[in-house]
Amino acid sequence: MRNFKRMLMAGVAFAGLAGAPGPVQAEVKTYSPVTEQRLQNPEPRNWLMYRGTYDGQGYSPLDKINTSNVADLVPVWTLSTGVMEGHQSPPIVNDGVMFVTTPQAQVIAVDAKTGEQLWRYKRQLPEDLTQLHPTNRGVALLGDRVYVATVDDFLVALDAKTGKEIWAKEVEDYRKGHYMTLAPLVAHGKIMVGGSGGEYGIRGFVAAYDANTGEQAWRTYTIPKPGEPGSDTWTGDTWKTGGGSIWITGTYDPEQGTAYWGTGNAAPWMGNARPGDNLHTTSVLALDVDTGAIKAAHQYHHNDSWDWDEVDPPMLVDIQKDGRTIKGMVHPGRNGYLWTLERGEEGISFVSGVPFVRQNVFTSIDKKTGRPTYDEARKPGLNKLVDFCPSLWGGKDWPPAAYSPRTKMIYIPANENLCGSLSGKMMDYVPGQLYLGAGLEDIGLTLFPNADHVGELQAWDLSTNKKMWSHPFAKSQLWGPVLATGGDLVFMGGTNDRDFRAFDAKSGKVLWKQKTNSGVTGVPVSYEVDGVQYIAVQSGWGVDAQRMQDSLAKVSVDYRNEVPQGGVVWVFAVRKR
Amino acid sequence: MAESVMQLQDVHTRRDALALGLALGCCGSGAQAQTSPPARNLRPTAGDCLVRAVGVSESAEALRPDDVVSAGPQLLAWAKEPASGVVRDGSRLNQILLLRLDPETLDAETLARAANGVLAYSATCTHAQCPVTEWRQEAGILHCPCHGSEFDPRGGGRVVGGPALRRLPPLPLGLSAEGSLEVAQPFLGKVGGQVA
Ligand code: FES
Repeated sequence: MRNFKRMLMAGVAFAGLAGAPGPVQAEVKTYSPVTEQRLQNPEPRNWLMYRGTYDGQGYSPLDKINTSNVADLVPVWTLSTGVMEGHQSPPIVNDGVMFVTTPQAQVIAVDAKTGEQLWRYKRQLPEDLTQLHPTNRGVALLGDRVYVATVDDFLVALDAKTGKEIWAKEVEDYRKGHYMTLAPLVAHGKIMVGGSGGEYGIRGFVAAYDANTGEQAWRTYTIPKPGEPGSDTWTGDTWKTGGGSIWITGTYDPEQGTAYWGTGNAAPWMGNARPGDNLHTTSVLALDVDTGAIKAAHQYHHNDSWDWDEVDPPMLVDIQKDGRTIKGMVHPGRNGYLWTLERGEEGISFVSGVPFVRQNVFTSIDKKTGRPTYDEARKPGLNKLVDFCPSLWGGKDWPPAAYSPRTKMIYIPANENLCGSLSGKMMDYVPGQLYLGAGLEDIGLTLFPNADHVGELQAWDLSTNKKMWSHPFAKSQLWGPVLATGGDLVFMGGTNDRDFRAFDAKSGKVLWKQKTNSGVTGVPVSYEVDGVQYIAVQSGWGVDAQRMQDSLAKVSVDYRNEVPQGGVVWVFAVRKR
Repeated sequence: MAESVMQLQDVHTRRDALALGLALGCCGSGAQAQTSPPARNLRPTAGDCLVRAVGVSESAEALRPDDVVSAGPQLLAWAKEPASGVVRDGSRLNQILLLRLDPETLDAETLARAANGVLAYSATCTHAQCPVTEWRQEAGILHCPCHGSEFDPRGGGRVVGGPALRRLPPLPLGLSAEGSLEVAQPFLGKVGGQVA
């Protein structure tokens, strides 16, 4: 009876809270507003955006954790997200406050030092939403707001202190196959996002919204409509469903006011279903952040037929080459080539392109323009099944490479020795339905004969285009975003053994590793609070890492490995002696 | 290159027009061009007829067993309320897949839900809600192109591969007096995917 009474009272107390927004949550007490000056010059202690800095290098200058003490790295706190599928977002840190996103567009604010949860935003998703890529790649910060792009295609502004929704703007209609997984890009008072959905035959675009009001400022399609420059690279109405998605955050050059965006493959998959070069798919676009005008563009490969998205934007790096400094744009491509371009007064010019994995499609690269010539026997087409390397997941998929200005090396998470076969058929376009133009029996995956590994972390010297070291993974593919630090360390997970590791940036030697709850496909970061340096990453396997796992397991018993799902935020520091 | 979002609204309007067009042929009812959102959003209901979801033009005839190709692949369909002519395409969770299979090969429960060998299931994958559009002919298995979940249509839609954890909900069918396919009962079980 007494118990019953107590239960009743608890019930009453609970009912009294019913008007409160969800469970009781703490607030952020002190928050440092994020200014554009800070974004252009982030303090080394913070990680304020997707890749840490606008140039996309994925480099933290912090060096308290270094080659001499990394062996003593231990977890200091963890946080279970309670969400399944691919956890890919970097923990973004602003003066002791961490923001992580999870699949289903949830945002969690955490005390970066103690791991105490401050608030959590759960997006209410429509009941009939389809999720081909259940993931999210992080928040953007400006002022005292947090911005997140959602899988049901809204841009949402949250109060950084409370997690309360300030506004939510529909970017496009999810019912037609539009969705977003990228972290937004902030510049000049605008929040920029881009649309995924190339697999559904959308027409890709970058759109900018006013950071205050959420009003759309501009929208630039990656595919020109008839009459616009480049429209002659499409046949008939194919431009309307031509793909060219944007699904990774652009890089940004504040001096020029130019954002650089990588674009996805053309849709449907088979090139001869849409004759022409298909501008600006599989390209980099230089956009004026004030107007959205296309200042320049470069297409990595034309009339894509291999599903080789080139969505990862170029890293902006100064490179010493032939006695001069090049304002470089570096892109390790899904097409298996390491591309270096130069951004100059006259736009984008080609510098070099060298294969970093086995690639048997390009027969030559034009020395002036960088345009590849194809071996036509390796170009899939309608009812034409062919083999080619690398596979449709490419030499490197979306996981970002990192660059260390100390070693002058770029660290590429590559997949070597994987080839594929592909063919396609004409199909009807139905809004909101897959529009690949290739079915189950049209897609194959093979290992190169006698291949001794697939995943491979590679270090390249950008001045000489020489591979300096590489670390092969004998029994796993690699889906690990990379972090480089001032302590001459490189951090990366990405394998089916659930490990997260630190490598010596100069030699490639593994100096430390930690077995985690799941596979690590999250973007690792580093930050400092009260003089202590931390490394943070999310572990949570899913999406294409899982898809490739399923396919590889059918090809070879060596790659069979059950990777459990479920996200956890991990934070590490050096153990005090 | 900046464009306004005006174009998008055009597309919405066109889509509605398409739904109206659909209303004109099915179940002999040519009336009622009005789309009432609640009826459009409702799941297939007993007494509804079925119309083709893909490649529809002006005339959308009520589907008959012979319209479904024997031994696969599946045909995607929507339910339509006969009285009002409203096609229930307001939610993607309403989409139906139809298969015509040799009745001899169906298990007893599945056979009881079939009409002249035609079977209906929710077309929405119980993993992450993609439409289940692929058919593995030799194996006689439904395949979802998004992450590879597989379902056995002869065995009540049970999961036989991939990440899905629940069967595809069956939709029992019957025949109308004119011999066209008709929904006999609502979906058996929860339609749609796993949360989180
Ligand atoms: S949605 Fe069908 S397998 Fe994932």
